[in-house]
Amino acid sequence: MHQFSLARLAAGLAAGEFSSRELTAHFLDRIERHDPRLNAFVTVTRDAALAQAGAADARLRAGEAGPLTGIPLAHKDIFCTEGVRTSCASRMLDGFTAPYDATVVERLKAAGMVMLGKTNMDEFAMGSSSETSWYGPVKNPWDPARVPGGSSGGSAAAVAARLAPAATGTDTGGSIRQPAALCGLSGLKPTYGRVSRWGMIAFASSLDQGGPMARSAEDLALLLPAMAGFDERDSTSSPEPVPDYPAQLDEDVKGLRVGLPREWFREGLDAGVAASIEEARRVLEGLGVVFRDIDLPNSALAVPAYYVVAPAECSSNLARYDGVRYGYRCEAPRDLEDLYRRSRSEAFGAEVKRRIMMGTYVLSAGYYDAYYLKAQKIRRLIADDFRAAFAEVDLILGPTSPTRAFRLGEKTADPVTMYLSDIYTIAVNLAGLPGLTVPAPMAGGLPVGLQLVGDYFQEGRLLNLAHRLQRTTDWHLATPPGFD
Amino acid sequence: MSLQHSDVEKIARLAHLALNGDEADAYATELSGILDLVAQMERADTTGVTPMAHPLDMPQRLRPDEVTEGDRRDFYQAIAPATERGLYLVPKVID
Amino acid sequence: MQWETVIGLEIHTQLLTRSKIFSGAPTAFGAEPNTQACPVDLGMPGVLPVLNRRAVELAVRFGTAIGAEIARRSVFARKNYFYPDLPKGYQISQYELPVVGRGAVEISLEDGSTKTIGVTRAHLEEDAGKSLHEDFQGMTGIDLNRAGTPLLEIVSEPDMRSPAEAVAYARKIHQLVRYIGISDGNMQEGSFRMDANVSVRPRGQHALGTRTELKNLNSFRFLEKALAFEVERQVEVIESGGAVVQETRLYDADRDETRPMRGKEEANDYRYFPDPDLLPLEIDTAFIAAATRDLPELPDARRRRFVSQYGLKDHDAGVLTASRELADFFEEVTEVCGEARLAATWVMGDLAAALNRTALEIQGSPVDAAMLGGLLQRILDETLSGKIAKQVFEAMWAGEGTADEIIQARGLKQISDSAELEAIVDEVIAANPKQVEQFRAGKEKLLGFFVGQVMKATRGQANPKQVNALLRKRLQG
Repeated sequence: MHQFSLARLAAGLAAGEFSSRELTAHFLDRIERHDPRLNAFVTVTRDAALAQAGAADARLRAGEAGPLTGIPLAHKDIFCTEGVRTSCASRMLDGFTAPYDATVVERLKAAGMVMLGKTNMDEFAMGSSSETSWYGPVKNPWDPARVPGGSSGGSAAAVAARLAPAATGTDTGGSIRQPAALCGLSGLKPTYGRVSRWGMIAFASSLDQGGPMARSAEDLALLLPAMAGFDERDSTSSPEPVPDYPAQLDEDVKGLRVGLPREWFREGLDAGVAASIEEARRVLEGLGVVFRDIDLPNSALAVPAYYVVAPAECSSNLARYDGVRYGYRCEAPRDLEDLYRRSRSEAFGAEVKRRIMMGTYVLSAGYYDAYYLKAQKIRRLIADDFRAAFAEVDLILGPTSPTRAFRLGEKTADPVTMYLSDIYTIAVNLAGLPGLTVPAPMAGGLPVGLQLVGDYFQEGRLLNLAHRLQRTTDWHLATPPGFD
Repeated sequence: MSLQHSDVEKIARLAHLALNGDEADAYATELSGILDLVAQMERADTTGVTPMAHPLDMPQRLRPDEVTEGDRRDFYQAIAPATERGLYLVPKVID
Repeated sequence: MQWETVIGLEIHTQLLTRSKIFSGAPTAFGAEPNTQACPVDLGMPGVLPVLNRRAVELAVRFGTAIGAEIARRSVFARKNYFYPDLPKGYQISQYELPVVGRGAVEISLEDGSTKTIGVTRAHLEEDAGKSLHEDFQGMTGIDLNRAGTPLLEIVSEPDMRSPAEAVAYARKIHQLVRYIGISDGNMQEGSFRMDANVSVRPRGQHALGTRTELKNLNSFRFLEKALAFEVERQVEVIESGGAVVQETRLYDADRDETRPMRGKEEANDYRYFPDPDLLPLEIDTAFIAAATRDLPELPDARRRRFVSQYGLKDHDAGVLTASRELADFFEEVTEVCGEARLAATWVMGDLAAALNRTALEIQGSPVDAAMLGGLLQRILDETLSGKIAKQVFEAMWAGEGTADEIIQARGLKQISDSAELEAIVDEVIAANPKQVEQFRAGKEKLLGFFVGQVMKATRGQANPKQVNALLRKRLQG
């Protein structure tokens, strides 16, 4: 059952082949058996999951089920879940039980999906390896000595190891796409504003976007409609109607114009990854896709600009963690200042503190124009590059990450090296565009991700091309050894 | 761009983070490294470019002036570190 | 050396909305602590702000009322600082692009002249909560009910040259915000708070002196006293060879002095940047039109109309337009009785005195405009003398009914019936032969004695004009 696609699971549930309770228990058992090796979950909600599954079974029997009713999933522990600890993998929120559900959680719950638990991640989503968690690092199911990527590494590891059929993630600079790529999954970062941010703990508000992580583009297409759409509680939520993504999956891709940014295939790109992308490109060419080289001239500026914008927003977003109304509070504070400083210093990890410091600096008097304003101007240049590209092509294709999964600890010593692992994903967040990763052929026993980028609100097109690729290849079906 | 010990102390004060032992020097080194990366921005000529604060080209939506939230104090304060008589408690504040 | 004072004011006025500026929690004053604070106001993880339409409308009303440009596009920014009553660690405010641009108001000075005071800008922002310093085991208690209440911060130009001018300006803004219905202006409840920037410079010098910022000025009287103290202090500092330090000072009303604030964050670096949770606020012509459609006649215009339409003195017109409620009251009385000047005399006289005596606002007056108008009608149709009218007014105030009901119940109707009066006059003449003789011998001032006797006989109800005429006729006849 754990190898079934969402459509297959839905069919099995509808036909009474298995119940949601049986399905849920199966995944809970797999979590119990396999997760100690991976550390993908920070919280498993067994009792609640079985109760939700029971309710889903009742809906299925009553004929009131939707396409996702009764299917289990895991939520990244950045989404608030009422009554269940929402930690953001930080000591700061270790004891925090959210008093409300995130919109994404609420909507998937309403669709009848069953929450298995909350997944591990980089602390406050700051990282590209899921090593900065207060609960310890997540391991990659393909090689437990390697990282699963981050920040949504727990979700990626859980789905890759077949501990959950699907999971939610968030992507600020690549946090859905990069771990999905490193774990051999399909993952979608929707257009900014497509999925509500209400209840999704903020890292960098103008970049954060929630999205689905699963094993195929088809699964993503089933999940996205249940997550997306206007939410009156989020001012940045788009009123753009949500199209019928599954209906678009099989559309013909003949003549589709796809751009290959020259800047994404230069030095820094691992040869194995490059070869794998090229193989995928040839398959797509065989489907009638027309490729052409394009330029995104300001690509190299994306990472520098991002490491101004994201820390600036984070330094402000994380100011609310002060030990007063919820969250960690230091022992016996001497005075107010001591309460602030010790609570924050004791409860935030090194990377979070580094980014708060960085963000505080770039916004401070005398530096705002040189850093923050400059970064915002570069952000415009980057968005304009994409705009110009989409005047000529329908989609953009390239690698998701410059390397395959790296070893635990390999990049923790030098933050800048770590930051560069998001070199191809970050520009997409700065522009607010939708980006998708699907597995390309494995290289050296490790997954490689192929990234597709579309124009605003063109998720349907991304899913369509990815699905057509997956109809003719089996790269996405590979299962990590020991988890099949 | 390289940050001095004193810069780091000033930033930490603004961010309300404590610096223990030789942390200030470690931060100075790390942040200087990040600033070197960030300094690549200087290569771009941004004369006349309008800053982009937001990816969405959309105006702010307005909410009707309606009360939608009731009193749930006890529920919200159940997760508070210290309260008394409905108030959040902090060490004495001096104006 | 002659010193010139330069003052600018920043006024925070709470906007009259039902819900908060960025959340659906109520704004009512006086609730139990933290019962009106929802997750958005508490700065919980993952919450987001959505802007209240009414708050924007009220800001637009103000901007229109002071003839300011309404920004077609304005931006919300975060002002970052730590304080326990500021749950998110930042205040959402407007910084570079405020909703209301440059405008002006006119103030009246004591010498009868007027002066224009520039308003630099007015912007929308959220209020903070309150710190309660009573002893909770040596701790401070935080109440976040007020957090997120919508404020309009109105910033003036440094156009005021004396504490009196500053007070006149503050009163003017206070009058205006209440007039146009954007704030209740209640100073006890903190709905209208003033900060002042003040500096002194040698008369004739163009460059501004170093300023200090005065906080905690929660009444017009304190504003004036604090400014007076601070001006004197600054002059003394400079004249004794010192230099004014740019700082924030608190006014201590008990000691009537200002002193530097302690424990304030070192050299505030607020790190303003556009709030990424909010998009630019765009206001079009239709929005402005809808927000200002029911904007009332503004106090200055109404004052001028009272002079031209009703023939009132400018000073009286000013008194009667001090608040919208008072001006409405006056106009209703005038409409009922048909005599504006009589209405003005009574509203500013007996009514104002009674309100003052009982510490009531015009809205709470037990004598409403229709009742007062009814009383004035009875003066105009000579049913009542002015003196009896005062008694009737007091009776109305005491709740005895309308003027007509009181006249009926107490039998106070003025005697204007000639035959009846003639009979009484004749009786008085017959009863006082000696005085009649003296009068006829030329002692004309005795007429007053006879009038008094007639009034006494009629318990004051005789029409005095008629009594005079009748007495003259009879005594001289």
